[in-house]
Amino acid sequence: MTVEWGLAPTPGDRDVVSMRERYGRFVGGGRLVDAESYSTGSPATEKPLAEVGQATAEEVQAAVLAAREAFENGWSGISASERAKYLFRIARILQERSREFAVLETLNGGKPIKESRDVDLPLAAAHFFYYAGWADKLEYAFPNRRPRPVGVAGQIIPWNFPLLMLAWKIAPALAAGNTVVLKPAETTPLSALLFADVLRQAELPAGVVNIVTGDGRTGAAIVQAEGVDKIAFTGSTEVGKAIQRELAGTGKKLTLELGGKAANIIFDDAALDQAVEGIVNGIYFNQGHVCCAGSRLLVQESIYEPVVEKLKRRLTTLRVGDPLDKNTDVGAINSKEQLARIQELVASGEQEGAEIYQPPCRLPEKGYWFAPTVFTNVAQSYRIAQEEIFAPVLSILTFRTPEVTVEKANNTPYGLSAGVWTEKGSRILWMAERLRAGVVWANTYNRFDPSSPFGGYKESGFGREGGRHGLEPYLQFDGSE
Amino acid sequence: MKRLPVRKTYKLFIGGAFPRSESGRTYEAEGQNVARASRKDVRDAVRAARAALPKWAGMTAYNRGQVLYRLAEMIETRSLEFADLSSGREEVERTVDRVVWYAGWADKLAQVLGSSNPVSGPYFNFTVPEPTGVVAVLAPEEPPLLGLVSRLVPVLTGGNTVVAVASETHPLAAIELAEALATSDVPGGTVNLLTGHADELAPWLASHMDVNALDVTGADGAAADLERAAADNVKRIVRGEPDTQSPWDIASFLEFKTVWHPVGQ
Repeated sequence: MTVEWGLAPTPGDRDVVSMRERYGRFVGGGRLVDAESYSTGSPATEKPLAEVGQATAEEVQAAVLAAREAFENGWSGISASERAKYLFRIARILQERSREFAVLETLNGGKPIKESRDVDLPLAAAHFFYYAGWADKLEYAFPNRRPRPVGVAGQIIPWNFPLLMLAWKIAPALAAGNTVVLKPAETTPLSALLFADVLRQAELPAGVVNIVTGDGRTGAAIVQAEGVDKIAFTGSTEVGKAIQRELAGTGKKLTLELGGKAANIIFDDAALDQAVEGIVNGIYFNQGHVCCAGSRLLVQESIYEPVVEKLKRRLTTLRVGDPLDKNTDVGAINSKEQLARIQELVASGEQEGAEIYQPPCRLPEKGYWFAPTVFTNVAQSYRIAQEEIFAPVLSILTFRTPEVTVEKANNTPYGLSAGVWTEKGSRILWMAERLRAGVVWANTYNRFDPSSPFGGYKESGFGREGGRHGLEPYLQFDGSE
Repeated sequence: MKRLPVRKTYKLFIGGAFPRSESGRTYEAEGQNVARASRKDVRDAVRAARAALPKWAGMTAYNRGQVLYRLAEMIETRSLEFADLSSGREEVERTVDRVVWYAGWADKLAQVLGSSNPVSGPYFNFTVPEPTGVVAVLAPEEPPLLGLVSRLVPVLTGGNTVVAVASETHPLAAIELAEALATSDVPGGTVNLLTGHADELAPWLASHMDVNALDVTGADGAAADLERAAADNVKRIVRGEPDTQSPWDIASFLEFKTVWHPVGQ
């Protein structure tokens, strides 16, 4: 049964975004017309939104030349404090235009408006604001090392947090004095293309940031282009490995932020209601399209039943549907391809013997949707316990002792994040020491901040984004690499 | 009658023991028959390094610094032997001083490289460095002792365990170093030293799924192929110099972990 007494629909106003019918790539300060193009739409309605460029290898190479030209003739000569002011301007304009960006992000990506409004946009602006302040203080961040920009950075970002990932990439790159060629994901190019308008308003010199759109071929062209000094990639582990292979022996700098299969661990002394909220936020936030999502729940055996019961009850109150409705908790799956992948992996879970639970909820007829899902009876060897699903799908496993849960949590090639829920302080630190993951959330989950370094261990990638550590990949130093 | 000296058999150093190569093969270097390690020796060495990791990484930083200082003492007491096997006395002295320098870094890394992060919310948030794990080091051909130590010791200082391939043309200093390691307090398996043909051993280390990072300083022309193979499990690649000392050489083999906790009553 659906919850019939729920809130009345409050569809958001999409008119705050005025979209063009067609967007070309943004190179050398101007919008150019791409030779090829494709249609991008809304995953919630399957309606097209705009026609965008499919940049070819030649067009990408020209964008890299524009970035190189801007780096050599101007940007690297501008004083660091002036550079900072451009970044401050960008941060301010993003704050001013946040409603417009939030609606566009939700239209093109399918994420709930309350998340794009309250998480993506404030954090994106905060990243520019944070790194703006670093631009003229690099010598204090890296004393005795003479920090200098690396040159042209090629940046490839995913579709789960399009504008926020753009901010994570562009803000530190510019603060460190580099110029940029950035490619947003194939399915979510619009916020990056609108961001070009922010750059125009900020009067950022031409060619300092160049934005090209397209599918994986365009991304490969950035990796292979001549004159790129550094590649930063966020996306799947599979593509990350391909990029690392491609760059072998070139000496180009590389950072990778790849997949995850995080363990969210609940001990029997945890505050259960808070923990259940943390589990929900950990895996159903942004439809589970989160590389650090808490997709494996490890519950101590003694509290298994109450936790599963509370969780199932909580799932029935999640509102799935129109992402523009401000009361929506779970929006649309980002693309048809992603939905097919989720369905395939969920089917494998059932075949391998796991028990599936989905709350009763009506999914819209148009668009790509997947109900919040919980699997119980999951063995560590099942694909749903090993592979990243990138979906609102949670696999529940159990444990008895802290030693065993550490072993289970670390039993994955990934190592991006982990969660621990317990009221015992010494145990939190004991666990935090042993979990092989770049971010450990204790009694919380999915928190992000520009001052907080983020990145993976093992096959979740290398390099950090955020904080002082996030500057390092965009700098070269005296003495060593 | 003149006494016939007892000669040393030059062997590998794996898991704190000195085995011959499982292949039974040797090759001639510096006038001696030196063990020619095989793929299976690589496997054993990686296993030993993985098994040794919890103990070495789990030590207090202060203790790790003390053990590395002890290693410097062990090298100093073998100065005469090392001088014969390297470019001479000066190389040995610089080696000892370098190990002492790194020993002093062990308990400063978290303060110099870590941070506490002022997030905008009621959370305590800090970032600490941790060892990457099992590291494969391809030592430069020269200098025979200082080159190996310059690559090896920063990796150890951060708490990693190591499988190192010695200089192919000058392996004897590495074997002598293994004996110094064995008589120091460095736990068995923390450092594993292989001698042999680098082009036979390096590809197995580069593609090994239980090796977390690869130092290609001594790889010369083979680096591109090795780096390609290393992508199979997203290994960290380090291209260093044969004669440097820097905290950033330690940092290359560290991961950064960030921990969040709410602040409340």
